[in-house]
Amino acid sequence: MTTDVAEPVEAVAIAPAADPGFLQRYGGTIEYILIPGAALVGALGVFGIFVAMFGKNPLDLYFYMYQGAFGTWFSWQNTLTRAAPLILTALCTALPAQLGMVIIGGEGALLIGALSATSAALMLQWASPLAVQLAMACAGMAGGGLWIMLSGGLRQYRGVNETISSLLLVYIALAILNHLVEGPMRDPASLNKPSTREIGAANMIGSIPGTDIHWGLVFGIIAAIASYILIYHTVFGFAARVAGGNIRAAKIVGLGVGKLILTICFLAGASAGLAGMVEVAAVQGRTNANLAAGYGFTGILVAFLARQNPLAVIPVAILLGGISASGGLLQRRLDLPDASVLVLQGIIFLFVLASDALYGRIGFLKGKS
Amino acid sequence: MDFGRISRRHLLQGSAALTLGSALGVRSAAAADMTIGFIYVGSRDDYGYNQAHAQGAAVLKKLPGIKVVEEEKVPETDAVEKTMESMINLDGATLLFPTSFGYYNPHMVKVAAKYPKLHFEHCGGLWSDKDPKNAGSYFGYIDEAQYISGIVAGYSTKSGKLGFVAAKPIPQVLRNINAFTLGAKLANPKATTQVIFTGDWSMPVKEAEATNSLIDQGVDVLTCHVDGPKTMVENAARRGAMVCGYHVDQSPLAPKAYLTGAEWNWEALYPKFVKMIQAGESIPNFYRGGLKEEIVKCSPYGEAVSAEARKHADDIKAQLIAGTYTIFKGPIMDNKGKTVIAAGTERGQKDPELEKMDYLVEGVIGATS
Repeated sequence: MTTDVAEPVEAVAIAPAADPGFLQRYGGTIEYILIPGAALVGALGVFGIFVAMFGKNPLDLYFYMYQGAFGTWFSWQNTLTRAAPLILTALCTALPAQLGMVIIGGEGALLIGALSATSAALMLQWASPLAVQLAMACAGMAGGGLWIMLSGGLRQYRGVNETISSLLLVYIALAILNHLVEGPMRDPASLNKPSTREIGAANMIGSIPGTDIHWGLVFGIIAAIASYILIYHTVFGFAARVAGGNIRAAKIVGLGVGKLILTICFLAGASAGLAGMVEVAAVQGRTNANLAAGYGFTGILVAFLARQNPLAVIPVAILLGGISASGGLLQRRLDLPDASVLVLQGIIFLFVLASDALYGRIGFLKGKS
Repeated sequence: MDFGRISRRHLLQGSAALTLGSALGVRSAAAADMTIGFIYVGSRDDYGYNQAHAQGAAVLKKLPGIKVVEEEKVPETDAVEKTMESMINLDGATLLFPTSFGYYNPHMVKVAAKYPKLHFEHCGGLWSDKDPKNAGSYFGYIDEAQYISGIVAGYSTKSGKLGFVAAKPIPQVLRNINAFTLGAKLANPKATTQVIFTGDWSMPVKEAEATNSLIDQGVDVLTCHVDGPKTMVENAARRGAMVCGYHVDQSPLAPKAYLTGAEWNWEALYPKFVKMIQAGESIPNFYRGGLKEEIVKCSPYGEAVSAEARKHADDIKAQLIAGTYTIFKGPIMDNKGKTVIAAGTERGQKDPELEKMDYLVEGVIGATS
């Protein structure tokens, strides 16, 4: 997590004191690195104990985790490939969080985005690959965006809880996907694995040159940086944070809260929809039930671990990508069941949430001597 | 840090050094002539599809000079590509068994093209000339074993109502339902099979509901085609119904209610493959077989199976093994009254028409869509 992650929040989190010193200026930032870092170390420690109870050597565990996630160039590519969709789906939760909304339906937006992107590609088979790819990206973002906007609209105009509605919309999205893939959009040749027709090898977006990592990683990083600028360095973002802090106050000062909610929800859904488009255009080449791989749900975890900061989403996604990349090695070398990775994710989640209570309470970081 | 410079040799040295001191040292340090990777979509103790493959892998583990690495719960996304490459790069695997249907295209095809010197064997896929030569697909005509189960079920039912809990109306599943029903009608011409589709491969809650609902309607013998038959078998036995198993022998779950079952025989096939590779022979890219080729088998009869049922079932089994019996022999009508296989037409097991099956035969209560 870089220095500029926390700076804007610093003003809010740390009470201003009289004399400006190093700790005072950067204490908040240090806090934002130190506390999650300590939470992570604590979680790994507890997981080590957990693994030791199964009779495995925790040192082996840490070695294999490092080796599987970051130990070689192959491991790095493995990690970054897994991180790519998570950055985009995490933004689907992190952006609405600025407005105080808890959206957990990124999976639905991803599926609808994938379906829309596939439809666009199948309709534009005559066009040049670049045109098809652009159309897929636009369709994916529009589809995903409108999907989450539904939740935003229900909340704004009908008072429906957005957490529940976005979650339920995931199941509706999955049902729509299954219906279309097994019915109207089914490729008759896909006998035992109902799928749509393929978008065509020429229309695939391929990998970043010199690597195995698909372009989704670059899209994710751009989207995360753009979201960060939008939230912390524009009037629109400021308005969103005001509304997130106190919706009544925002209304009193004349902010168009409805518009804010719909726009932010659209952007959130658009990023998950883009993740769906990338899964189709870079990985699967068509739409089928494989797309419901849970990236949308892991994205929620990433967003919360990043404390809803769009920029922090990037390193956290890489961390979780690394955990899942090393999960295979833990199974193969230590004979641990797959569920052990879930246990580790759960422990990290708990530690990070619990560490929330520490912010602003670590005395020496406030510059008091 | 340039992780790219760490070669596989360094890595192996490192891991060997690290594991020497631990209990794992013996296993990792032992030189293996051949490392084989198995990848499962679910957990390998699911009493079902994945366990059947894991049992095959367990037989390979006992062969001298063979090392088996396994990874479970790998989704059908680029995660499986990375798992295959991880097994190749970090474990030195030269033969891979990605066992789930959705791993085949595009994932296994892509990795097989990237590593042309290694062997890839996929369960269930339809290898075609366009696919890499070092890739292959194998599958078994398990409908033969389902036909035998049907005969036993037809003798065992008192109500004449059989139940089938199925995942999706795709050709492989429909073929099992139809074979089971045709077998049952051999024993009891009035028998009907009521089928419920749960919509996906692993839906324990829906499978339990389907089981209960079938029994509520008077069904007294059940079978299934889902990834993990455990839910159906345990629920049906608890309700006093009898069951025919699927994928593996589930008799330990319900010793009294278990009649017989259609099982995979990967324990016989996998060592055969390994021997062929060790002898330098090439495995046919498209490998199929049934009871005769020992790719599928029937569970031993349970105590509730009558002598008459055993005799009839054994007789048909012997004819199937001898290759003198055809299951899909006209005239066969579907359950809407349309003739699907005309009188005088025999569709043998290798008939490609059967791979496209999209109907339910007369006697099945249910619809494909």
